Amino acid sequence: MLSRVASSLFWMSRYIERAENISRLCEAGFRISLTPKVGGGHKEEWLSTLKSAGVLESYLSVHDEITGEKAINFLLFDERNASSVKSCLTSARNNARIVRTKLTRDMWESLNDTWIALQAVSPQSMTNARLPDFLDWVRHRTAQFRGALLGTVLRDEGYYFSQLGAFIERADNTARIVDVKYYLLLPDHQAVGGAIDTYQWETILRAVSAQRSYRHVFHEDYRPWRVAEFLILRPEMPRSLRFCYDWLNVTIDGLIEGQHPELSAARLIRSTHQLLKSSQMDDIFQSGLHEFLTDFIDRNNRVTGNLAVDYCFEQAA
Amino acid sequence: MEQTVGQRGLAREIIFNEMIGPEGAPRGHYVTLSEWLEQQPARDLKRKRAEAESIFRRLGITFAVYGSNDTLERLIPFDLIPRIISAAEWRLLERGIEQRVRALNAFLLDIYNRQEIIRAGRIPADIVLRNDAFLPEMIGHRPPLGVFSHIVGTDIVRTGPQDFFVLEDNLRTPSGVSYMLENREAMLHLFPELFARHCVAPVQHYPELLRQTLEAVSPVAPEETTIAVLTPGIHNSAYFEHSFLADQMGVELVEGQDLFVSGGALYMRTTRGPMRVHVVYRRIDDEFLDPLTFRPDSILGVPGLMDLYRAGAVTIVNAPGTGIADDKAIYSWVPEIVEFYTGQKPILQNVPTWRCAEPEALSYVLEHLSELVVKEVHGSGGYGMLVGPTSSKKQIEQFRRILKARPSNYIAQPTLALSACPAFTKSGVAPRHVDLRPFSLVSDRVRIVAGGLTRVALKKGSLVVNSSQGGGTKDTWVLTDE
Repeated sequence: MLSRVASSLFWMSRYIERAENISRLCEAGFRISLTPKVGGGHKEEWLSTLKSAGVLESYLSVHDEITGEKAINFLLFDERNASSVKSCLTSARNNARIVRTKLTRDMWESLNDTWIALQAVSPQSMTNARLPDFLDWVRHRTAQFRGALLGTVLRDEGYYFSQLGAFIERADNTARIVDVKYYLLLPDHQAVGGAIDTYQWETILRAVSAQRSYRHVFHEDYRPWRVAEFLILRPEMPRSLRFCYDWLNVTIDGLIEGQHPELSAARLIRSTHQLLKSSQMDDIFQSGLHEFLTDFIDRNNRVTGNLAVDYCFEQAA
Repeated sequence: MEQTVGQRGLAREIIFNEMIGPEGAPRGHYVTLSEWLEQQPARDLKRKRAEAESIFRRLGITFAVYGSNDTLERLIPFDLIPRIISAAEWRLLERGIEQRVRALNAFLLDIYNRQEIIRAGRIPADIVLRNDAFLPEMIGHRPPLGVFSHIVGTDIVRTGPQDFFVLEDNLRTPSGVSYMLENREAMLHLFPELFARHCVAPVQHYPELLRQTLEAVSPVAPEETTIAVLTPGIHNSAYFEHSFLADQMGVELVEGQDLFVSGGALYMRTTRGPMRVHVVYRRIDDEFLDPLTFRPDSILGVPGLMDLYRAGAVTIVNAPGTGIADDKAIYSWVPEIVEFYTGQKPILQNVPTWRCAEPEALSYVLEHLSELVVKEVHGSGGYGMLVGPTSSKKQIEQFRRILKARPSNYIAQPTLALSACPAFTKSGVAPRHVDLRPFSLVSDRVRIVAGGLTRVALKKGSLVVNSSQGGGTKDTWVLTDE
């Protein structure tokens, strides 16, 4: 397969995954801003949402102050923000057009229809009343694309590259959400800071669509260290770091089948996978949750760099 | 796609109706279609048309409009009524096209090598050697099988039962073949019963023939050949066609950045390392092929490609420098070219062309400006031209001054009364003007797929079949003798 084609499939899936995550983050931020009692904390909530989305800097280069309206517009529609939902869906479609013949009809139509429908949405019309519907729509469309991909595409190289893109992106997003809220998740947090509204933890879980599955796994109230464990180490939670790396590990197996020696991306995926499998939450807290997450985000980023080198994504004559 | 002769039909000339004969009865090969059309309620045809449109949109058979963003990917209007060409008509066309295509390839080989046609005084040296499309880099080059133009799209119009005129020989990178194929697919889907009543020659094997043609001119054995289709990228108006052809042939669609030259060979970057490429079916223009030889600022091509090509390590299809044979200045010499290389009279006619550089021609043109189309020799896309019959006196006088100042820069042609075929229009089935672009594939032999792209001017009275000006396409049926 052409390296450029592999790269396009990788980024197509990444952008779809990112669009979904941004819409989830937006929903979490929006929910918090609706709770009356937090009052002046709203600003901080949007600040942390922009941080989680990794776009705080670019936001501040465009806006002087943080308001809910501006943050929502920036996260959803602003084309100056390469990670806005609109930018992501446009980039995904551009990548798909480049590799059109490597997609199934279902995949192409799903993506193309989404993009066409998005053209008709005016950012000005995004009132508080309409926002929830729009966010639902984004999630439905990205889920439909994923379904089309999983249900129809050949399990060949192209599929593996698309999975690498999706799960590297997802791991990055989950790690960022947890990292931005890490102070909430410290086990002694309640002792130090008093009773934090469980609403805050619920928000974190909501950002990864996990508020109910948490209860199915733990059968207890939200407890910060449990939430951290759930999002970092639990293999049954499909947005946890562990799950993402379980999947990346299987994917890289498929991709490198028969190739020897193992390339740098494969080695890094394996060692990161091993790290997540063998870690205990207690140890992570002992050595520092923030440090652990920073290290993870860095490793996860390096996987992309290594893939680019291993599979000549960038020009290297 | 290039503009055709003229802008509006000349009412005083009789328009040849391809379906209906002078007595008002359908011509033989149109009888079945004509009867069928009479039985079709308009609402059924409307429904079919909507269905066709949704097929094309779903498949993304669009063309991008230059200078606009992605929202302006447009569908080319598709006309439901097939154009029918009888077996006898096709035999004439086929012989004529093959003769012309062979002669033009012989011409290209000659002018880049021995230049016998110039030495024989049959064509002026200046018109070739001082032409912008002449590539000195190709002098002395002999491509595999001596073929320069492997894929040819010959634009043909008709004015009478036996009167076929070639408007243009597209020898560089002719486009439109994907529409020929998709139009047929759509028709098979929409009107299977109509195919059952006709004996229509197939066109679907075109990608296979294209592949065979590309393999036949490979520097290595066909079975060891790797082919790539080179595209400028998704913003090119013909991107759909590029990806369609690569897909149909089962070869990679590459951009310049995917290719590199190393150790005397061309490679593409793949996830499993560099992979050798032997034949490049390029859909980018000569000047963008290689920044080391042509435009240094171009990033569409591959540095070092021309050296490899001249060394015979890779075949470029169509060969660089073919533009010299489809230049407007050369066009008027094609009848001489055909006679010189084949020793035969041309089977297909040229549109009569006055070369304003010649004093007699110039004085005729100046006297008849209001009847003629005057074109710039190197112009394209309808710029710098005068369409006499639709221009005001003032425009004609203005143009007269420009023409007198630089006569050698212009040619002139009469406006032709293009033939008309039935089309499904807003006001029902009505005749509309058409042209035809059949596609020839040249290697050790010339293969012409029976059919081609028929373009149709969907506006009443219009002769403009350009897609950018409301023209559409329709399926072209060549009937075979049963």
